[in-house]
Amino acid sequence: MAQEVSEKQMKITARGVDVFYGEAQAIKQVDVDIEDHAVTAFIGPSGCGKSTFLRCLNRMNDTIDICRVTGDIRLDGNDIYDPNIDPVQLRAQVGMVFQKPNPFPKSIYDNVAYGPRIHGLTASKSELDGLVEWALTRAGLWNEVKDRLDKPGTGLSGGQQQRLCIARAIAVQPTVILMDEPCSALDPIATATIEELIDELRTKFSIVIVTHSMQQAARVSQKTAFFHLGDLVEFGDTNDIFTSPRDERTQNYITGRIG
Amino acid sequence: MLGLSNLMPIIILGLSCAFFVMARSKATAVSNGIPSSLHSRPNYHGTLSFLWVLLLGIATYLILLIFGSWFVTGSLLSQIKAANPSLADIQAQLVLSDAKAISEGRAASSVDDLRETIAGDYSSLSNLHNWSMVLIPLALSILGGLFQFTRITTEWRARNKSERIISSFLFVCAAIAVLTTIGIVLSLIFETMNFFSNIGWRVDKYIFGTEWSPLAGVHSGTMDPDRVGAIPLFVGTMLITLIAMIVAVPIGLMAAIYLSDFASAHVRAWAKPMLEILAGIPTVVYGFFAAITLAPAIRGWGEAIGLSVASESALAAGVVMGIMIIPFISSLSDDVINAVPQSLRDGSYGLGATKAETIRQVVLPAALPGIVSAVLLGVSRAVGETMIVVMAAGQGANLTVNPLEAVTTVTVQIVMLITGDTEAETAAGPAFTLGFTLFCVTLLLNIVALRIVRKYREAYD
Repeated sequence: MAQEVSEKQMKITARGVDVFYGEAQAIKQVDVDIEDHAVTAFIGPSGCGKSTFLRCLNRMNDTIDICRVTGDIRLDGNDIYDPNIDPVQLRAQVGMVFQKPNPFPKSIYDNVAYGPRIHGLTASKSELDGLVEWALTRAGLWNEVKDRLDKPGTGLSGGQQQRLCIARAIAVQPTVILMDEPCSALDPIATATIEELIDELRTKFSIVIVTHSMQQAARVSQKTAFFHLGDLVEFGDTNDIFTSPRDERTQNYITGRIG
Repeated sequence: MLGLSNLMPIIILGLSCAFFVMARSKATAVSNGIPSSLHSRPNYHGTLSFLWVLLLGIATYLILLIFGSWFVTGSLLSQIKAANPSLADIQAQLVLSDAKAISEGRAASSVDDLRETIAGDYSSLSNLHNWSMVLIPLALSILGGLFQFTRITTEWRARNKSERIISSFLFVCAAIAVLTTIGIVLSLIFETMNFFSNIGWRVDKYIFGTEWSPLAGVHSGTMDPDRVGAIPLFVGTMLITLIAMIVAVPIGLMAAIYLSDFASAHVRAWAKPMLEILAGIPTVVYGFFAAITLAPAIRGWGEAIGLSVASESALAAGVVMGIMIIPFISSLSDDVINAVPQSLRDGSYGLGATKAETIRQVVLPAALPGIVSAVLLGVSRAVGETMIVVMAAGQGANLTVNPLEAVTTVTVQIVMLITGDTEAETAAGPAFTLGFTLFCVTLLLNIVALRIVRKYREAYD
């Protein structure tokens, strides 16, 4: 199969993933491949399981007691649910940006430096300064905040806070960034800024984005996965999904008939 | 007759209920079976009549009760004075009470013509008073009720009227609470001023003096400014508070962290109520636990390693007080730690932080203002706590910072002053002054704590 051949370039491969919340099954037998240096979008109506699946990729679901994940998810070929894998180290490699901007109640600098500090990524203060500047620059925030790095991150606007959260995530030097509806709490201008940023970050990271907005998926992603009621209905190139969907449910969703 | 006038409040209440029912049924009747034609629901018409009857009746009853007896006594006293101008006030009072005794058929201290006359006047006047207390409120409340009854029409705005009366009543209740507080504070201030004027305004001697024995010179009628130094009490209070906080803050805080971030829902469901039961134990129980169990045990341990420990020690009182304050701190801290949004924890976990790093570097700093205010409220509890220190800390004003010795606190000295043998008026001065000091300190702590909490709330809502 073609899939077997291309497996080498895949950053993350998921096979037969089931997720249960107690007795209820949230995800049914999902197979997905996440390409390196590309943006993969998960779309689908509310409650379809796209966020749940995203949270499997860095084992954030571990923090929920009743959540159980089965199946095989590999990052660079290594099973991330292997008992020898430490979820803490996994999350340093697979960063995450959340729906609602959640800067820590610390200064802008300390927000970005938080991850590098706990992982011991830098040897000196000047190296840390450099890393913070790099991360803020990559997140397109440096020019706006360079004069007030010691001010609280919670004092920024919503869009700035979300870019701060992105800077915070990339400062840990992950290889994958998961974004859970990163623009749903933002106005259209802040959204456009973040979307440009996502497109730019693609050169260095693999990005997986969950979004409610089909236009956003069409604008930023190269691959799109459509989830419906816990099933992965269709997965393919974004262009194909939006121009010639093979499944009727995908067709209905992108034309606005379900959702 | 006396019996009937005492029953008046109940009679008026019954009358109000009767008018409620009457007004409600009249309102139903005028609606002609179309309830929506009424401006106010029948129950509001009933309520308005009920309130009018009740308030008119009770108010006139109370006015007559207070001013009536004042008028009866006053007029009889002036009659006694007129008959015998040489009598002093106190003697006139005696004549009056004898006259009351005669008219009620009890034994009087002596019987003479004046007393007999006054007795006769008294019985007729008090009879009149009693009748007026029955008839006037009854008449007024019935008139008021009928007045309201005639006003019931479909347009009559009974709801607005009755709601206005109820809201004024609620205002009066709130005003009572506020006025009481103001009254207590004013009496504290006046008694404190009084005390300071007794020691010749040597406020500095009170605040900085080191010898506390305020009642030493009272038999000579003066207070010695050199013996009202409250420093030993302040130091004792601070020492015990410090020991209590050393016990309560770490244990309470760590219990809160366990409960909010580590305990399973099941453990939390029973552990939190259990901790709060600790807060429900009366402090007097903690007090004798400290005095009877812990203090001798500490003395025993101390002696075993060669230390001399007083049988009433600051350590015993402080440790037990700390245990008392644990639930206070843990419960408040648990609330503020829980109030830290889950999204912050997720953000930290998402960066690959461990649970310990997340709690230490994200959750606790976010909850810090709330924790600080919990600690400050705990301190104000400790400063004001009385029973434990009365029983376990000692009574002598002893200036020391050695936790193994007996010390005394501000609250203990207030108890000693008020319950001691010295007459209340003399002892009240220093006691009120100490109370006022305590009030200022706890007020300050509470204000600071509440400010911090408010600032914190602004950040997260």
